[in-house]
This record gives sequence, structure tokens and C-alpha cells, in this order.
Amino acid sequence: MFTGGSQFAFVGVLAGGGTPVSGAATALLLGTRNTLYGLRLAPLLAWTGVRRLGAAQLLIDESSAMSVTRDTTARARTGFLVTGWSVFVLWNLFTLVGALAGQALGDPRTYGLDAAVGGAFLALLWPRLAEPRNRVIAVLAAAVALGVAPSVAVGVPVLAAGGVALLAGVLSRSPR
Amino acid sequence: MSVWAAILAAGLGCYLLKLAGLSVPAAVLERPVVRRVADLIPVALLAALVAVQVFTEGQRLVLDARAAGLGAAVVLLLLRAPFLVVVLGSAATAALLRLWA
Repeated sequence: MFTGGSQFAFVGVLAGGGTPVSGAATALLLGTRNTLYGLRLAPLLAWTGVRRLGAAQLLIDESSAMSVTRDTTARARTGFLVTGWSVFVLWNLFTLVGALAGQALGDPRTYGLDAAVGGAFLALLWPRLAEPRNRVIAVLAAAVALGVAPSVAVGVPVLAAGGVALLAGVLSRSPR
Repeated sequence: MSVWAAILAAGLGCYLLKLAGLSVPAAVLERPVVRRVADLIPVALLAALVAVQVFTEGQRLVLDARAAGLGAAVVLLLLRAPFLVVVLGSAATAALLRLWA
């Protein structure tokens, strides 16, 4: 699994005591945004066959951001590949370091690492909050998640919030 | 399902989601309902993840140093701080608060 938000979400659900299934479901739901990036990038990158199979693994927030604004296929591919490979190598390298050295650090709460996760998610969300409609959805989703949290299994609140998006998208009519 | 089986399944699923995006005809995204839902899902999921990560402990709702960390993140984001500064800022705020408490 090479898509950071999904990894964090999976680990967050498991660490909170959720089942592996709800962790996987949350990771998959969060991974759906990569499908949308792919839809946007497919005509621009114009890869087929084996190259497309390889490119799919590098398709993440960062590589999409660094290629979607380019005006030619060649430049888009350069941005995509350089960013994708850089993040892929460094991300996995330091994940390994964390897995090997993590125990030596002791309780991560001492360093506020549990608070860092919330900050990271908020930073990922922030650019989308420029749009008023998204602010409403974000508040609703957070309220639903916290509202159901005491009475459902860990991991389910986030999925319930996904239902908010589904409902709002299907019910709202106004064109953007 | 064991943890590793779930990780492998989710990993494979996440890859297939990416591949689907690169392979599906663009006409699918042209449908307004698909586009709206697709736009809103990341917003709702990330907002819920923030809320759950900061204000819950298992199934309990709690208010602790993580809330101060989130407050620091908001301030830093308003100041247009880069991603890493926001993340480290919220961690440092919570860590210092726990040190003093």
C-alpha cells in the first residue's frame, strides 16, 4: 500500500482498537481519491500497457500535484516520475527506519506524535476548505463521526462520515 | 481476518483504485453525481479522521493535549506554514503541554 493517507488511517483505526476489516475499509475509502487523480491524469500522461501498470503504483497526492499543471505530456511525465519515485524511495526507507527504531523511542505520546496525526490530516484537508460547501460537509462529517463514536466499533465513525459525503453528493442538485 | 491479510487486501485494493482511475474512460467522471460525491468524499473522510484522532480514545470522547495540538495546527495553517511545520507544531504543542502538566 503506497498512499500515505490510507496508511495513516489504517494504523489509526488499528491503534484505536478497531478491527483489521474496518481499518482496511477506511484505507480503501480514502484511497478512492487516487482514482480521481488517475481520471484527471490519464489523458495527460497518456501511458498504456505495462507503463500504465507501473505508473499506477506511483499515483499519489504529490505526484499528481506535480504533473497535473504541466502543459505537455513530456513535462507531466517528468514531474510525475521524479516526484513519484522520490517519495516512493524516501517514504518506504523511513517507514523501515521507524519500524526498526520505533521501539527505542519509547511512548510516542511523550513527543506528541498522537497529536501530530490530527495536525497532518487537518493540513491535508485545509486547501479544500476554501470552498464554503466543503466547510459545511467537513463540520457535518466531524459531528457525525464524534456523534456515533461512543456507540459503534472503532473505525466505523470515519466510514459513517463517508456516508455523509455520499448523501450530500446525491441529494444536492446545485451545479458547481 | 488477520492484520496482515487486511493489509495485503487493502494494499491490493488501493493499487487497483489507482489503476482504475488511469484506465476508466473520462466520460464516467462527467456525470455530475459522480463528480460531486467524488469531490466530497475526501473532505468528509479527512474531517472525520481529524475529529476521531483528536477527540476520541477508543470509544470514549476525550479532551486532552491533542486538542491544543490541533489548535496550534489551525494557527500555523492560517499563517500558511508548510505541511511539515504544521505537523511538527501540533506535536510539539501537545508534547510541551504534557511536560508541564
